[in-house]
Amino acid sequence: MMSDFLSVSHLSRSYGEFHAVNDISFSAKQGEFIALLGPSGCGKSTTLKMIAGLELPTAGKIEISGSDVVNTPPGKRNLSMVFQSYALFPHMSVKENILFGLKARKVPKQERNKRLNEAVEMVDLGPHINKKPGQLSGGQCQRVALARTIVSNAPLCLMDEPLSNLDTKLRAEMRSEIRSLQKKLGLTVVYVTHDQIEAMSMADSIILLNEGRIEQASTPEAFYEQPETPFVAKFIGHPPMNLIEFDDLLVGVRPEHISLIEQGGLVASVVESDYQGSETILTTSYKDSTIRLSLAGKRVLTPGAAVNIQWAPENEHHFSSSSGQRIERTHSVMNS
Amino acid sequence: MNNTTRQIQAWLLLLPALCLLAAFTHYPVIRTVWRSFAGSGVRMSDTLHLDNYRYLLEDEVLLQVLSNSFWYAAITVPVSIALAIAMALWVNTKLRGVGLLRLAYFTPTLLPMISVANIWLFFYSTEIGLLNNILGYFGADAVNWLGDPDISLYSLMAMTIWKEAGFFMIFYLAALQTISPDLYHAAALENASRWTIFKRITFPLLMPTTLFVLVNAILNAFKLVDHLFILTKGGPNNSSNLLLYYIFENAFSFFDTAYASALTVLLLIILVFLALLQFGVLEKRVHYR
Repeated sequence: MMSDFLSVSHLSRSYGEFHAVNDISFSAKQGEFIALLGPSGCGKSTTLKMIAGLELPTAGKIEISGSDVVNTPPGKRNLSMVFQSYALFPHMSVKENILFGLKARKVPKQERNKRLNEAVEMVDLGPHINKKPGQLSGGQCQRVALARTIVSNAPLCLMDEPLSNLDTKLRAEMRSEIRSLQKKLGLTVVYVTHDQIEAMSMADSIILLNEGRIEQASTPEAFYEQPETPFVAKFIGHPPMNLIEFDDLLVGVRPEHISLIEQGGLVASVVESDYQGSETILTTSYKDSTIRLSLAGKRVLTPGAAVNIQWAPENEHHFSSSSGQRIERTHSVMNS
Repeated sequence: MNNTTRQIQAWLLLLPALCLLAAFTHYPVIRTVWRSFAGSGVRMSDTLHLDNYRYLLEDEVLLQVLSNSFWYAAITVPVSIALAIAMALWVNTKLRGVGLLRLAYFTPTLLPMISVANIWLFFYSTEIGLLNNILGYFGADAVNWLGDPDISLYSLMAMTIWKEAGFFMIFYLAALQTISPDLYHAAALENASRWTIFKRITFPLLMPTTLFVLVNAILNAFKLVDHLFILTKGGPNNSSNLLLYYIFENAFSFFDTAYASALTVLLLIILVFLALLQFGVLEKRVHYR
């Protein structure tokens, strides 16, 4: 079995009383794509910065290829980083930006140019090589940042929300481009994002952080099919999972798993219908809970109308309302 | 409102500023040029002549003064800029008490030039001066800081640098704080040395500020002569005389306003030339965001 390439154990970072990162442990195998997912302020960027060495942990260990790097300066950790702001040097041409690291590391000129040409080809920047960053679009700037990673030949790449300054269409394009680049180069990637779609579509495994702690760490499928806590349940999926209170139980059902039926099931009343083209999001209220349904096509219903809804028992997720932990399903609320 | 009344209103709004500019800048410039050709001594002669300019070419004191002014600018400007950058880098950290440090560096700028000169007069005095007392403590001979023709100009330079560097530091500090920390993070990840980071990132990004400071510093080098009144009066034997002070001497001590006018025209030509040089040559090499 291959040993862990990157291993983070009991990592913490506090600013006075505030625990930005609180006892986080995870590991990545060589060539693995890990997404650190979470809302803003959850500690994901701080974790990434600690791996990079730009921020010092207050406690814990970071190992890269088996050696502890906590006291190693960033430049000697053999990793590269892509920033949300791209961090391109505005006064240098694209070429100079890409070559900056190699020049700082005194790589011989011939080798430098070889790597530059390969990288420029890979990210398709050929015609722009003599332009300044100010003359490039956001997507092109991000490609320059990627080229910088490529020429560094570092086996570990850290990405800090690299796509959040791009528009939706470009973001989708860059997602697959980054993923294929990562596979081609065999990079181990730690990717920080607040966007569940990026995490779900790109990562081999996702670590969801909340208030400095790991909420769940597993594969994307498990995040969708086996959320461990109500927080995870609500974070993944669009619209988010419905959480309905039944006595001491919190029952989670995804909107896309609920259907309208003629009679039987639960009786809820329509609050609003939101037609979005391929689907309609129907908001209903049932007792004190709001239940959203995702229905195919156009299904606009009058507010106040009573509807019968149901779902299959296997799509039901149970959480204890006292501890918030996932509990195994013993019965379905549909049958009771 | 029709076009004519708009025009009139615009001109009326401009009028106060125009009056001041005309009265205190344009008119004096024209008068100065006129007097340099038509004046002789404090009087105006009947005809236009080149006597003042002819004298200007023969004036050996002027040669000395120009050479002083040149060295004064050539040394104080780069040194105060270098010091300003160094101080700005030093106070651009998040250390405790850095606010006090910034204030300390900035204090000389707050003082009027005359007060600064009086403080330095105390430093430079031969008998009771601070510098000579320190030298005496180490058993060295006293130096006549302001009275020795070989030293007086350098003494003035030291004071000017002390006064100017803190002022320029503020501009550099402001510029440094606009540089994104991500750029330094990116450089740190490439294992770039501090010198490489300064040379390839910080300094180039400070270029717009450097250009601005350079223009100001050079103008100041020609413009600020207040300290000469207190410290040396241009002496001994014109060894610390600067162009603007020499103009003042000619106009108000020797009462040769015509010659002073010719010198003023010379000063204007020098300043315009320097400004063109700076904007023409340096502008091309400056990266503006």
